[in-house]
Amino acid sequence: MKAICWHGKGRVAVDKVPDPAILNGQDAIVRVTSTAICGSDLHLYNGFIPTMKRGDVLGHEFMGEVVEVGRGVKTLKVGDRVVVPFPIACGRCLNCARELYSLCENSNPNAWMAEKLMGFSPAGIFGYSHMLGGYAGGQAEYARVPFADVGPIKVPDHIPDEQALFLSDILPTGYMAAEACEIKPGDVVAVWGCGPVGLFAIRCAFLLGAERVIAIDRFPYRLQWARDRAGAETLNYEECDVPETLKDMTGGRGPDACIDAVGMEGHAPGLAGAYDRIKQALMLETDRPIALRQAIFACRNGGIVSVPGVYGGFLDKFPFGAVMNRSITIRSGQTHVHRYLRPLLDRIERDELDPSFVVSHELPLEDAPLAYEMFAHKQDDVMKVVLKPH
Amino acid sequence: MSTRHEFPGPPHPGDWRMRGAPPHPFADDVPGATEQLHAKNGRPEGLAGGLGWMSLALGAAATAAPDRVAHLVGLPEERRTRTIVRAVGLREIASGTGILARGRPAGWLWTRVAGDVMDLALVSTAFRRDHVNTRRLTVAAGAVAGLAALDMLVARAMRRETPVRATHEVSLLHTITINRPAAGLYRFWRDLRNLPRFMRHLRSVAVLDDRRSQWRARAPAGMTVSWDAEITDDVPNERIAWRARPGSRVPNHGYVEFAPAPGGHGTEVRVHLAYQPPAGRLGRAVAKLFGEDPDWQVRDDLRRFKQLMEVGEIPVSESSFTRGGPARPPRRRRRWLRRRSSRIEVRP
Repeated sequence: MKAICWHGKGRVAVDKVPDPAILNGQDAIVRVTSTAICGSDLHLYNGFIPTMKRGDVLGHEFMGEVVEVGRGVKTLKVGDRVVVPFPIACGRCLNCARELYSLCENSNPNAWMAEKLMGFSPAGIFGYSHMLGGYAGGQAEYARVPFADVGPIKVPDHIPDEQALFLSDILPTGYMAAEACEIKPGDVVAVWGCGPVGLFAIRCAFLLGAERVIAIDRFPYRLQWARDRAGAETLNYEECDVPETLKDMTGGRGPDACIDAVGMEGHAPGLAGAYDRIKQALMLETDRPIALRQAIFACRNGGIVSVPGVYGGFLDKFPFGAVMNRSITIRSGQTHVHRYLRPLLDRIERDELDPSFVVSHELPLEDAPLAYEMFAHKQDDVMKVVLKPH
Repeated sequence: MSTRHEFPGPPHPGDWRMRGAPPHPFADDVPGATEQLHAKNGRPEGLAGGLGWMSLALGAAATAAPDRVAHLVGLPEERRTRTIVRAVGLREIASGTGILARGRPAGWLWTRVAGDVMDLALVSTAFRRDHVNTRRLTVAAGAVAGLAALDMLVARAMRRETPVRATHEVSLLHTITINRPAAGLYRFWRDLRNLPRFMRHLRSVAVLDDRRSQWRARAPAGMTVSWDAEITDDVPNERIAWRARPGSRVPNHGYVEFAPAPGGHGTEVRVHLAYQPPAGRLGRAVAKLFGEDPDWQVRDDLRRFKQLMEVGEIPVSESSFTRGGPARPPRRRRRWLRRRSSRIEVRP
């Protein structure tokens, strides 16, 4: 089959690889009908996630039709149309029982690698480095899905792929980010990053009762999407001092909650941005936590900073003094997708939410190398690319 | 997820051993094993010390008064003899200092053995020379030969009992919490035939009777090493201890303990494994047997045990099959894969 494989920094290719087979009794094989490139795939593309190997199949956002199930699969049947959550969860360990699915204790066969870097290991993730499992990803014609009875959710036929696909990652991620803000009526939420997760976070913040959402980015077209399609007020960080402006916009108090939907590859104009770019390039820090620093700085006293953005390792100049002295709560985590599948699918079915508004490009799988390049360099006003393998 | 204690070490507060569990098994299973080894060490070391002092004394005498020494062993007092005796004296001082410095006495003892061989060669050539006292030379030759034998014995004994090799038993203690009641975990473990399903270095365990079993494990170069083991303690749902039967080629022992986790969140499983890499080739083989890093090996074994008990299978990713290669579907026949996956599955 054809699959999108990682071949080093800035290089992905359409490779011919063997078809996936059932490896565990609780596996299913899914014929992928739609798959998407995630902003976090760009961290792989740009070479910032350790333990990637040349030839790894990429992709953790995918959906499709079940074509084969292992002997241990009880509820899923061949022919079911499913969307697959990006973290792999067994459903039976203590963390799964606590609905902390992205912290499943059994799904990462390479847990020891993650333990060396992070102390303990999170769950395995499709197509996202060997440290997080070494699983082949879903940007391919077919994908193997472990614990098929636990993860995949059946999608009714009347919901098109474009509406269901983002249940795999970015919609629950935006939702969990907003939920973590404990939004009360009248709250003001600021969102750094107007990519797809940022847009969903804005929409979900409104859905959960925020009165105002202020979105921050530097690309005019992204800021326009945030205004027009998600209803946010916007700030271009290249044109203003963000914490000062936010203070002005919120009566001098700061936003009640701040969402960092940027992650480890943040940008900043001037010296501050150059500082982190140099340190990251010299491997003196693994991440450029520019948005996170700013979010902490801008957040009101006693507020919440919610971090759906992906970070990889060790941060530099982290303003923990502000966190401690100003009683700021930080919430983060890989999304516990399984927890949100049913409620969000219900909202989609009830027409309360149409996630397809983030799609800007739909391309055949073969065009993935072009799509990655376009996405990485924000060309052609790209927001979200959906790939069609068949 | 897991903790590690280097043994021997005192129990610390909150330690398993402080909670009324039996003391560390090494303490009761193999009484006084470490003292025994130290005692064994004591003898050659005492003797080695004597030999070291002897070297120093002889060396001092030979360098300071070469003529007197030459006369004593029956050699003619001439310039050439004096030079040789002085050289021998310096060599003896070097050997003696090395042995008494206690860094690696075994190696320095071998320099004494080499010196003895050299001396014997010198003495045998001396017999053919003129002006030698043959009677004294014979006595000297006998003394050197005797000393050579003693040096060799002590050096060999020291090598066998060098501390790094013998007293450092590899001892590992790890803990994992499994979200299942203790009874099922105990049952699965107590049927020792199940151990190879998650202990990767084991090929098979054959149960001979209620207590005795035969273990076969992977050794380097595709070889197999086996030993007989016996269960030394068996408390249903709480504890199983075992050890290799006396005289085994692979001395080892271990235990597993099951205790309810706080808050009813499953069972805390504690595993202790200890083995003694003996000297020689077999020792190295055994060390490798437990993996390059035995610590991680035990950790991963326990993780697999947890996976089997909680989800009934050991989840594998594509990279598990490509052995360090990329995460992409393996290029193997499906039937082979099915066979493999059925082997690592368990119906709880």
